[in-house]
Amino acid sequence: MSTESARPPHLRATALALVLVGGFCGTAARDLLQKAFPHNATGVPWATFGINLAGAFALGVLLEGLARTGGDPGRRRRLRLLAGTGFCGAFTTYSSLATDTVQLWEVGHRTTAGIAYAAGTVLAGLVCTWLGLMVASRTARGGAR
Amino acid sequence: MILVLTFLAGAVGAVARFVADAELRRRLLPNGPWATVVINVSGSLVLGALAAWAHRSASGESALAILGTGFCGGYTTFSTASYETMRLIEQRRYTVAALSGAGGLVLAVAASLLGWAAVAAS
Repeated sequence: MSTESARPPHLRATALALVLVGGFCGTAARDLLQKAFPHNATGVPWATFGINLAGAFALGVLLEGLARTGGDPGRRRRLRLLAGTGFCGAFTTYSSLATDTVQLWEVGHRTTAGIAYAAGTVLAGLVCTWLGLMVASRTARGGAR
Repeated sequence: MILVLTFLAGAVGAVARFVADAELRRRLLPNGPWATVVINVSGSLVLGALAAWAHRSASGESALAILGTGFCGGYTTFSTASYETMRLIEQRRYTVAALSGAGGLVLAVAASLLGWAAVAAS
């Protein structure tokens, strides 16, 4: 028995490395997109809005797809850690959602816009997650035919 | 340089989330979406404080990029929160779904506002 396999999963070097690499790429993609579509504190951060929705859709596709694909559980787990926990997790952001809302209030004095942005992101995010789950389950069913 | 440090901080934030999630589930919150809620609320508190600091002085700009966009952005996650709420809706556990979806949002915004106000008032 190696010490590596005796550790709980979240403390194994391979798992941590996969999340690290996915998290690096997810953060890079988010930061570059936010810089390509900048917003000021009084405006709605549409880049972050789009990033969160796209990431929610992608995670839905990934997790439902992995749940429906058979095969090597080790490989599925590695893909989940790299693309799901790492990339989608770091690509999307909840702290910016909350803080951009606060800035719309505190700096922009746009109370209604802040509430609409925050609530709109969460509701649209649920729709995107649901769409992702649907796409993956239909694709898996079609492929099994 | 700031750009690379930001990406690296995001990678570290993602690992911190992965470890915190597993430890929270193991010790305190084994079931449901609450580990993710705790992570998102704590990250929002820190980002609120960083944003207020950057708003007040230019010296906060780099810190906001690396610790805010990088670490807090990588640490908190929207996609998992949305996924966990969607699963609860699918299981027809509407009360828990509403608590995690709406409650998680309200708590995160309140935490960010608290962080912002604490720095703005200091």
